[in-house]
Amino acid sequence: MVEMTLNGLMVKVEEGTTILEAAAFYGVNIPTLCYLEGLSPYGACRLCVVEIGEPGSAKVATSCTHRVEDGLVVRTHSARVMKARRMLIELYLASCPSSKIIQDMASNHHVTRVRFKQRHEDCILCGLCVRMCAEQMQGKAIGFAWRGSERKVTTPFDKKSDACRLCGGCMYVCPACRSRCQGPQAEQAVCNACLNLPQTDRNYLFFDNAVCEAMEPPGGAPKKMTNRGA
Amino acid sequence: MCKRPLEVEDVLTRVIVANGASVVTALQEIQNNYGYLPEEVLRAFSRKTGIPMVDIFNTATFYNAFSLEPRGRHQITVCVGTTCHIRGAGMLIEAVSRLLEIQPGEVTPDREFSLETVNCLGCCAFAPVMVLDGKYYGNLTAGKAREIVGRIREEAAEGAPEADEGESGGSREGVC
Ligand code: FES
Ligand code: FES
Repeated sequence: MVEMTLNGLMVKVEEGTTILEAAAFYGVNIPTLCYLEGLSPYGACRLCVVEIGEPGSAKVATSCTHRVEDGLVVRTHSARVMKARRMLIELYLASCPSSKIIQDMASNHHVTRVRFKQRHEDCILCGLCVRMCAEQMQGKAIGFAWRGSERKVTTPFDKKSDACRLCGGCMYVCPACRSRCQGPQAEQAVCNACLNLPQTDRNYLFFDNAVCEAMEPPGGAPKKMTNRGA
Repeated sequence: MCKRPLEVEDVLTRVIVANGASVVTALQEIQNNYGYLPEEVLRAFSRKTGIPMVDIFNTATFYNAFSLEPRGRHQITVCVGTTCHIRGAGMLIEAVSRLLEIQPGEVTPDREFSLETVNCLGCCAFAPVMVLDGKYYGNLTAGKAREIVGRIREEAAEGAPEADEGESGGSREGVC
């Protein structure tokens, strides 16, 4: 067992777990796109970022790949983290607006606009399908190929693969495959139909800012730590 | 650069014996033999070593140095990394592609030359850099690049034998 601080609370966690798992155990919901229980963590989507360390010298790290350690201080929904997450969601919206999971996440985080060039990709390269195929299905039929902006998921030589058993596991885990419901703003890239549903993550934000302030040193934290985003 | 291709089996045995089937070195060996990575050979390699085909394909497509398509007999690579870009790689490419009438990524119709770009060769001190058949030419200008490629082209046209030919010598009419 190691002892760490999770959003200002002292908690005990089993050694070797990741911050994401520890947070889930204590009921703190961290959004993810490329994490799935039973598959190896991959750290590709960056949505699960949290702030670790004392305010002022904290850094942002992906919680799905970061293991807990003694004395670790974690803030899962601080203003800085929320700002980073919102920016990521905006970027995902700009590349893959047809995904229900991403749209829901946008509503939940109150992302209401996209300031980037709108694309319509059908893959966000989260690698879930590749890991599903390799780790759970022992298939190894699909994988990443090419590099940089040409990177994509495919079978060798883009041909039908002998290794594929048509199990459908890849589609089952894909966050981009579930298409969005056509809400009132069906024409637009951002749906935001669910904006007025209760926003759990925003509540966290308020809770956590208070906690952050309480933890700040007497002289006040450096300016950039306060009033970020929110 | 490109010797007469050996039989698939021979290549594979050699590859596997030489390096215990590490993918990158194996692919290099295959590419040295055929001038590119033929699909059947990669599949045979996968069967023989048990390395999943996806992983091989991943590696083969990741590195610029590997090609899945047959390349020209003379391989020209112009570096367009940051340093070379600043020091005029664009002009080299323009000069070479005008001279050979091909764009980067293409092969001349007679299969003599292919032109490719790469992002930094690790010798930025000599920028801009061009590699022709494994030989590095640094501090180039468009004129110098044209001269070097032109010389090789003339040699090729005359059918002059090349110095760096290995054991297989003989026939040059191979796969590549
Ligand atoms: S869930 Fe951690 S980076 Fe995607
Ligand atoms: S940029 Fe061309 S060698 Fe580094």
